[in-house]
Amino acid sequence: MDSATIIREIQPIFRDVLDLPDLQLTRQSNASNVEGWDSLAHVNLVMAIEKRYKIKIALGELQDLKNVGEMADLIVKKLAR
Amino acid sequence: MLTSHTLRQLPVEEILQKRKRLKRELLERPQLQEVRIAVLGGTTTNEVVDLLDVLLLADGFKPVFQQSEYNKYYEDAVLEPDKILAFRPDIVYIHTHWNNIRNFPPVGATGDQAAALVSSELARYQSIWTSLHQVIGCQVIQNNFEHPPFPVLGNLDSVAPGGGTRFVYELNIEFAKAAQGNRKLLIQDLNALAAGLGHDRWFDWERWYSYKILTTPEGSFAIAKSLAAMIGAMLGRVKKVLVLDLDNTLWGGVIGDDGLDKIQIGRETAVAEAYTAFQEYCLALRERGVLLAVCSKNNLDTAKSGFSHPDTILKLEHFSSFQANWQPKHENIGNIARELNLGLDSFVFVDDNPAERAIVAAQLPAVTVPDVGSEVSRFPGILQAGRYFEAVNLSKEDMERAASYAANAQRTEREAKYADYGEYLDSLDMSAEIEPFQSVYLDRITQLINKTNQFNLTTRRYTSAEVEGIARDPNYIALYGKLTDTFGDNGLISVIIGRREGADLQLDLWIMSCRVLKRDMEIAMLDTLVEHARAAGVERVVGTYLRTPKNAMVEDHYRNTGFSLLSAVEDGSKSVWTLTLSTYSPGTKHIRIGSLVNG
Repeated sequence: MDSATIIREIQPIFRDVLDLPDLQLTRQSNASNVEGWDSLAHVNLVMAIEKRYKIKIALGELQDLKNVGEMADLIVKKLAR
Repeated sequence: MLTSHTLRQLPVEEILQKRKRLKRELLERPQLQEVRIAVLGGTTTNEVVDLLDVLLLADGFKPVFQQSEYNKYYEDAVLEPDKILAFRPDIVYIHTHWNNIRNFPPVGATGDQAAALVSSELARYQSIWTSLHQVIGCQVIQNNFEHPPFPVLGNLDSVAPGGGTRFVYELNIEFAKAAQGNRKLLIQDLNALAAGLGHDRWFDWERWYSYKILTTPEGSFAIAKSLAAMIGAMLGRVKKVLVLDLDNTLWGGVIGDDGLDKIQIGRETAVAEAYTAFQEYCLALRERGVLLAVCSKNNLDTAKSGFSHPDTILKLEHFSSFQANWQPKHENIGNIARELNLGLDSFVFVDDNPAERAIVAAQLPAVTVPDVGSEVSRFPGILQAGRYFEAVNLSKEDMERAASYAANAQRTEREAKYADYGEYLDSLDMSAEIEPFQSVYLDRITQLINKTNQFNLTTRRYTSAEVEGIARDPNYIALYGKLTDTFGDNGLISVIIGRREGADLQLDLWIMSCRVLKRDMEIAMLDTLVEHARAAGVERVVGTYLRTPKNAMVEDHYRNTGFSLLSAVEDGSKSVWTLTLSTYSPGTKHIRIGSLVNG
């Protein structure tokens, strides 16, 4: 599984949570350039992603993520374990 | 379109993920009633508010929210209420958790020290409520506190005055007292919600440290559902009618096929007890003002006959409407609504049959049709979880009922001390129904015969066909006994089978359930047996004791009840006893023997 696949797979989650049916997610997408991605939406995004991949993202890991690309890299790493 | 019922059945994660779309769709519905709610929180309240938002929308409200800054509930309410005032809320919800308690007592605190801390904590909340009532004058909902998650004293934490758990008990009671004297203050029982899920499913420490959300999504959903029920009740959106199916819902079996004798209700089998418990739950709902109605596919007379069963808890007079015929159920529910002059949106329909539930749900979307499944033991829990009949205050009728209960409580108190065992037995207010075998009880009689080992003089086992034969045979005097006392109905607990042999009556069987030992029930059985035997011209009763590894308890039973020894095998494995009827006088002192206690 590579990061590009992950980004394709989590795009529907972002569309759902942010209620943006046409959202195109890229590696560079982050809270400042995606409409409605506030801290509360973030809670729901992380929760849905954890459920989708049956993984747990720890507190420290979350703080360091700068954009969707890094988030996808982290998911790839966790799934490989 | 999503109904308020189906929304509540969705996994909370799914609701949170699709919340914005759900809200958009629900907002398109016409005639939503606006309700303005200010939320003052000691934690991050957004998740609870998001969930409450969609729940209230599905219930037909258009909620508008104002939320305090994180943990600024006191400041907003007491120091700067202007902002809340400008919002013009209908309801202010103060949402605080155990960690918002300012000063827990030190573990070594004395009772007085802890009480002083309870008072000062209460005073802080009272200043919040007073400020909101004076400045805004609206309804306030305050939740009580869950028990602390880390009771450092273990079990002692709920006992010692310095225990955090004990402190929360005391504070919650003070909240309850404050609400009792104040119609504008309602308490949400947060502690019950936390207990219902269990602390492991309630607290979410990672989200607490990351986002200051203290509860799991599941916990937040429980809070939101409870709050939606309270708000609905405050604004008059409560359910008023419980519509019930009969066969396999209020009793086990199909009365039209099986007959009144065979339906399962009462205390005699596990299944019957579960149906009895559900009837008791329905009756409790009726006593707090919920109307009951029957909607059943049956002939009317057959359906009604079910409530003449000796063990039924619900009686015909408990039903405000009774529809039993072969018309589709949605048409009958429509008839009930017209008869009671109540809207279908105040109806809850319970039926074990999924096909009936589906057609009612499809034809009458306003009716709430919970998926109760087909396992009656789960019905009360499922109805309770739906919070359909939430009460925010008690009516005058509720109060009057409470007065009559109080009189009962006094009676119990008077009886609390006894001079001797006889006085104790009298205090139990026992009455027995002792009668020849009846067809409704044959199953229970057979079951009792085949499972009783201790109070069993001969340990003879009988098939149900044999029991049925004995019931019909005039050569037998066969009696069952039921005993009711102040704690309730013990059910059918004793059987005697006597067989005529000339002027003798041979006791082939005498059994009693151990749950009524030492109640003098065996004497009541014997007295009644003697009465029947005399009427039949019997002169002598002959009893046999056959020893087994389990029935030593009744070795001296015949001696104790006035029989004389006729013969005995040397090793004591068998003895035969006789009782002459001409000299027998009845010994029952503490049990009223009547016929058909429940009839």
